[in-house]
Amino acid sequence: MLATQAQTVTSTAATDNALEKHVLAVSEQLRCLVCQNQTIADSHADLAVDLRNQVREKIQQGMSDQDIFDFMVARYGDFVMYRPPLHTTTWLLWFGPFLLLFGGLFFLVRKLRQRQPEQQELSESEQQRSAQLLNSDAEHPSQEKETT
Amino acid sequence: MKRFLIPFGVFVALVLFLGIGLKLNPREIPSPFIGKPAPAFNLTQLNDEAKSIAPTDMLGQVWLLNVWASWCVSCRQEHPVLMDLARLNVVPIVGLNYKDGRAEGVTQLQQFGNPYLMSAFDFNGRVGIEYGVYGVPETFVIDKRGVIRMKYIGPLTPEIISGKLLPLIKELNRA
Repeated sequence: MLATQAQTVTSTAATDNALEKHVLAVSEQLRCLVCQNQTIADSHADLAVDLRNQVREKIQQGMSDQDIFDFMVARYGDFVMYRPPLHTTTWLLWFGPFLLLFGGLFFLVRKLRQRQPEQQELSESEQQRSAQLLNSDAEHPSQEKETT
Repeated sequence: MKRFLIPFGVFVALVLFLGIGLKLNPREIPSPFIGKPAPAFNLTQLNDEAKSIAPTDMLGQVWLLNVWASWCVSCRQEHPVLMDLARLNVVPIVGLNYKDGRAEGVTQLQQFGNPYLMSAFDFNGRVGIEYGVYGVPETFVIDKRGVIRMKYIGPLTPEIISGKLLPLIKELNRA
């Protein structure tokens, strides 16, 4: 009798635990409208507590995560989603950073290409002088070679 | 000189964007309710537990739903403005007493005056969630067919009322 009671207690505790984890996972994706840079999982605002309770209830009712998100968006708008959804109006938000990155790369590459022609070829007199230096080097081997 | 122009241009653009960002109000979140039917509810009235109140009671007239609470400081700031609006007698104002105590809500209205035709008593804030309320006070303008036409977050001001609310109400009344 005691054993079965203990068993039911642990099993409800386990399901509670799973439920709370689920609530937390969903809550972490919802923005607290009162303290806008927190999720309703992090926030202690009154509304966040209420909304977490709503999430818990809806999970218990068997609603899918997507259903819960839809429920929230229908009431609080897209802003309630901590990860803004991909719409035509949010394209710039999602792809803007990549746009900046590729823009920056483009300018960098262009700048580097422009810089190359600055390395001029040697003039004739310079070539002669370099040849002279090289030759003199060959006729008078370096000290290192002598020692070996 | 010329090579400084591009970074300077980028700098000016940044300053412009940051300037615009400062002017934006992060509390003004576009409401998904505009053009949608007002969510149904059935609550008891604040003053009388025996009487109930539902949005369908107001069908056929343009009305305001004003979310308020006795604990809400900006509602007190808004209160005289609502009293003035009620005196104009152009639009019925229905209150939604949000997460408040019945006694506190009633006392508040007795003390400062009651601009509301009636107030619904939303003790646990359920109806507030249905209406996407996140900052009291909030005001909804609802048309004759029960469709939400405007939502205003924060205390109403005489400017908002004369500039936005009254023209909209006039227009909706003609329809």
